[in-house]
Amino acid sequence: MGVILSIPADAGRRRIEELLQENEDRVFKRWLEIAGSASGGQVDRSSLASQLRELYQALRQSFGDSGDLSDLRGLLAELSRTRARQGFTSTETAIVVFGLKEALYESVEDDASPEALRGFIWFSRVIDDLGLFTVESYATAREKVILDQAEQLLELSTPVVKLWDGIVAVPLVGTLDSARTQVVMEKLLQILVDTGSEHAVIDITGVPAVDTQVAQHLLKTVVAARLMGAECVISGIRPQIAHTIVTLGIEFGDIVTKATLADALAHTLRASGVEFTKSRGSRIAVRTVED
Amino acid sequence: MAGELPVNSNSDVVLVRQHVRTAAIEMGLSLVDQTKVVTAASELARNALVYAGGGQVRIEIVQKGVRRGLRLTFSDDGPGIPDIQQALTDGWTTGGGLGLGLSGSRRLVDEFDLRSAPGEGTLITVTKWGR
Repeated sequence: MGVILSIPADAGRRRIEELLQENEDRVFKRWLEIAGSASGGQVDRSSLASQLRELYQALRQSFGDSGDLSDLRGLLAELSRTRARQGFTSTETAIVVFGLKEALYESVEDDASPEALRGFIWFSRVIDDLGLFTVESYATAREKVILDQAEQLLELSTPVVKLWDGIVAVPLVGTLDSARTQVVMEKLLQILVDTGSEHAVIDITGVPAVDTQVAQHLLKTVVAARLMGAECVISGIRPQIAHTIVTLGIEFGDIVTKATLADALAHTLRASGVEFTKSRGSRIAVRTVED
Repeated sequence: MAGELPVNSNSDVVLVRQHVRTAAIEMGLSLVDQTKVVTAASELARNALVYAGGGQVRIEIVQKGVRRGLRLTFSDDGPGIPDIQQALTDGWTTGGGLGLGLSGSRRLVDEFDLRSAPGEGTLITVTKWGR
């Protein structure tokens, strides 16, 4: 980057610095307009103005300091980060930087001196460079946001709930990949130890498709729970899932499966020796399950 | 509707599933058939990822007379399959899975065409016809 700044267009460069100083109000006002319209109504004018003011000062400062752009880059990285988090697009973010070119161009045109025009080419390159840097930091920030969210989702999406004394349930929602199954398995096994439960219900009502990988993960989880002395019931097998599992040829062996979570609860309650008596007016009925 | 999707990561497999489901709903497949074709897509996309290190899938809606069908074409430049008969046998796996992905997918769809040779990658075309 230092190479660009050392182009022997010193006269032009000086003229640009002067223009940035002399016409500060005008250039800044125009820049704010361009940046403001590109950002839509998502950012309030005063905070944008203070952001741009800071950038403008840093830019002039760095031109003065023999072209050290590191402060300016720091500010731009910060701007990209906040904008990525606020949901701006990369274009909207980059236009903030590129807008300065257009803003200054009007002053250059009025000046019409050869130095100013030559300087503007140099200035253009610097801004292009900074613009690209902004887009890059924006992309990095976005990736970080996505990674963070994926991690949070992994934690959030695997609750283990207690249904009854000695019975826990894991409602699974969404895609089951290796990473998630790992989390589910770890959590389930830990809860089995912590609560001393002997029964676990894995509910897959919210899993859109059960392919061989998901089935394998489920089977492994059940076997692991068994090794710890707990029996697992898989519930929430919808008709289309049952159809698909049969066609694929997956065998669940002696693992108990149920259509609904209610059936699974009834099964585990009976298995753990809880008895229901039907009293008049009661709507609770425990369906008999043939095993 | 036709589109080519890359399969280079696990999240791409999820994306393939979502696109296939959207296409299946669009052409009015029943819920059971939707689930079947989505599951087959998931198996085949994962195969491309696991065994060939990645590939691409083409999703298109085809017409035969009055019947409409959903056609998925999976292609990769992986090592290829040396023995196709063996690969299509239930329970045969080289990747530590259940060994039902390829053979099961064949049963989940109406038409299944597998072309592969060692060193020449694999091309799998499957079609699910509407009822």
